[in-house]
Amino acid sequence: MLEKAITGDKRYWGWLAFVLLLVGTGAIAYLRQLDQGLTVTNLGRDVSWGFYIAQFTFLVGVAASAVMVVLPYYLHNFKVFSKVTILGEFLAVPSVIMCMLFIVVDMGQPFRVQNVMLYPTLNSPMFWDMISLSGYLFLNILIGYMTLSSEKKGIAPPKWIKPLIIISIPWAISIHTVTAFLYSGLAARPFWMTAVLAPRFLASAFAAGPALLILICFLVRKFTRFDAGKEAIQKLAVIATYAMCINVFLILMEIFTTFYSGMPEHMHHFEFLFVGLHGHNTLVPWMWFSSALAIVALILLLTPKFRKKEVMLGFACVAVFASIWIDKGLGMIVAGFTPTQLGDVVDYWPSLNEFLVSIGVYGVGLLIMTLLYKIIFTVRGETKPARPIEEEAMTTPTGG
Amino acid sequence: MYDAGKIILGILIFLILATSPFWFSKATGQADYLPDPIILTKDTPGKDLCVMPTEYMRSSHMELLNDWRNSVVRDGIRKFTSPDGKEYKKSLSNTCMDCHSNKTDFCDKCHNFMAVEEQNCWSCHVEPKEEL
Amino acid sequence: MGIDRRKFLTIAGLTTITTLGKKVIGNPSGGDEVVETGSKAVKRWAMAIDMKKCRQHEGCVECTRICHKIHNVPDIGNSKEEVKWIWKEDFEAAFPNQHHDLLEKEVNENSVVVLCNHCDNPPCVKVCPTKSTWKREEDGIVMMDMHRCIGCRYCIAGCPYGSRSFNWRDPRPFIEEVNPEYPTRTKGVVEKCNFCAERLADGLLPACVEICPEKALVFGNVNDPESEIRLILKSRHSIRRKPVLGTNPQIYYLV
Repeated sequence: MLEKAITGDKRYWGWLAFVLLLVGTGAIAYLRQLDQGLTVTNLGRDVSWGFYIAQFTFLVGVAASAVMVVLPYYLHNFKVFSKVTILGEFLAVPSVIMCMLFIVVDMGQPFRVQNVMLYPTLNSPMFWDMISLSGYLFLNILIGYMTLSSEKKGIAPPKWIKPLIIISIPWAISIHTVTAFLYSGLAARPFWMTAVLAPRFLASAFAAGPALLILICFLVRKFTRFDAGKEAIQKLAVIATYAMCINVFLILMEIFTTFYSGMPEHMHHFEFLFVGLHGHNTLVPWMWFSSALAIVALILLLTPKFRKKEVMLGFACVAVFASIWIDKGLGMIVAGFTPTQLGDVVDYWPSLNEFLVSIGVYGVGLLIMTLLYKIIFTVRGETKPARPIEEEAMTTPTGG
Repeated sequence: MYDAGKIILGILIFLILATSPFWFSKATGQADYLPDPIILTKDTPGKDLCVMPTEYMRSSHMELLNDWRNSVVRDGIRKFTSPDGKEYKKSLSNTCMDCHSNKTDFCDKCHNFMAVEEQNCWSCHVEPKEEL
Repeated sequence: MGIDRRKFLTIAGLTTITTLGKKVIGNPSGGDEVVETGSKAVKRWAMAIDMKKCRQHEGCVECTRICHKIHNVPDIGNSKEEVKWIWKEDFEAAFPNQHHDLLEKEVNENSVVVLCNHCDNPPCVKVCPTKSTWKREEDGIVMMDMHRCIGCRYCIAGCPYGSRSFNWRDPRPFIEEVNPEYPTRTKGVVEKCNFCAERLADGLLPACVEICPEKALVFGNVNDPESEIRLILKSRHSIRRKPVLGTNPQIYYLV
């Protein structure tokens, strides 16, 4: 079944070549980082986590969002999602791999990463994060592979896969909760130390993930014969809508507690994000852009007339994804460090090297996703052949 | 089999190349060279024995160093008693390099011969200056 | 034959995994020899900083100079990537919750020596995924193991005091005069004040304490009711940095 990934038309190979170019660029940039150290990033003593960890945080959410298709289909027999569950599972796999890669590229001594396994530290959320991400990756690879290969053989998947699928549901919730725990237990960082962080992460994940899945369905419909079905896409849109509402609601809750209580220590972080602090306002336009996108997205999603029109839905999904990418990514991480524990405000914006390494990691994710999806579509016999219509036309020059 | 000649020739060439690490140095006369590390003890009177017997140090000095590392850093135990009863401070830069103060003539000679991978120690632990 | 082949293999497999697994996971401290006795540490090293005495000597940075010299702390030269173990901060930055606009001038306008607080409940230790930083049972010092550190910087995120520095680049070119008796660090690891553990092992006081021209730093065992530090804490009012966070910092600032 795996050989399906290495057969394809010119378009397929062209796309793979482009993706490999991204990976190669990232690799070179990473080699520079390995050689010189993390000084090639714009991180520093004060803002010590930045773009890499922001991408990691965001992508854990995308990975976890597979549960939004798995749960209805496997737990509640929601047949409408029969075609898209595998898409969700094989989106989770490259997402988790990208998460792990972003952690590795952020580490100062990446060749010592085995120390986390050699010296397990049960009180460290980072240790549990490694366990849960690895477990989730393994689960999704196994489940996806078994269900797909069974489909290929035309038989039902083996019985033992069902308990694993059921386990993957709370496991998906756990990977993002553990990631939130990385931040929400730190008394040193008042911006992060809030009980609502894990629920916020989950809500934003369940909005961004399905939004991405919808966009993938649209794209896939253009390039292959795979059609998830209007009902499945609409249901995903409804899930994304509810999740986005909860996400925005939780953010507003944060804003209320922060600003009504008036505690400077808490307010300063939000001020830095939305109006600037001590003259530093690098992220201000981005945060307002993110908020505008969220409002536009909600308007489009909450109005059935707009949500049912696929063009509008597409816009809304892009808006949801981009809004959350900004808010949960750089917004979340940088604001945690700004102002610092000593009240300083230090600017941070990713350097070119950081950006290129990140592009490389995204390239790896795209590569894996492409290969996995190619397997799915070929197995299902739904890939569009390269140019059958033109060939036909050429053999009948006189038409008719 | 078809193309038997080419295949057998190919296998022979492959075997020759694959076993080359074993016969190459002997064939080119490089195997006759053995490293001769120089131990400088002129500046350290009274310390003419190492912390452990030579045979042990030859085979297991890294084991000793790793043990010292964990013992000093993680357990705070800095005293070491050698088999012949002498007390030493567990320290690469201060104890070991006290006698073996010439890294190029001592440590590197064997390490280079054995193509030991770049030792991680020296990126942090300070090599003694070698003007002496 | 009561048992079939499949059952036998399953049992054998599970037995193997559990016995091996116990070996891997069995000792949660990863095979280290730190014994969890549950008893109170015999010593609890702490430091009292007399801010009044320190203020007498305006512009003095002797503690920083000597500490950074003997520990091969690099001078990177920019505030973004600087590495520092002990340094001076504005009162407002060191004590954000104690600062107000009507503070007496000499407190408001003078800086305060800050370093790792060697907390009794250290948040950095709590979050480190490899136990590269840990609290010593025998004397409470929060130690760093540069050999094990993976450079994830979680400890930096967890420290409420900004005491920790990361080596964003190779520090060696930035060390003016290397002290051969103490290692340097390499790029990619975190470092911080270690209360001169290597000096304490030789019965010496921490370098900063010894060198302070005003004798403003008092180092001692707070578990000993007759120690100099305990006596001084009895006689003078002292504050600590961000005590509300529950870290139980062991650097006491005499007001």
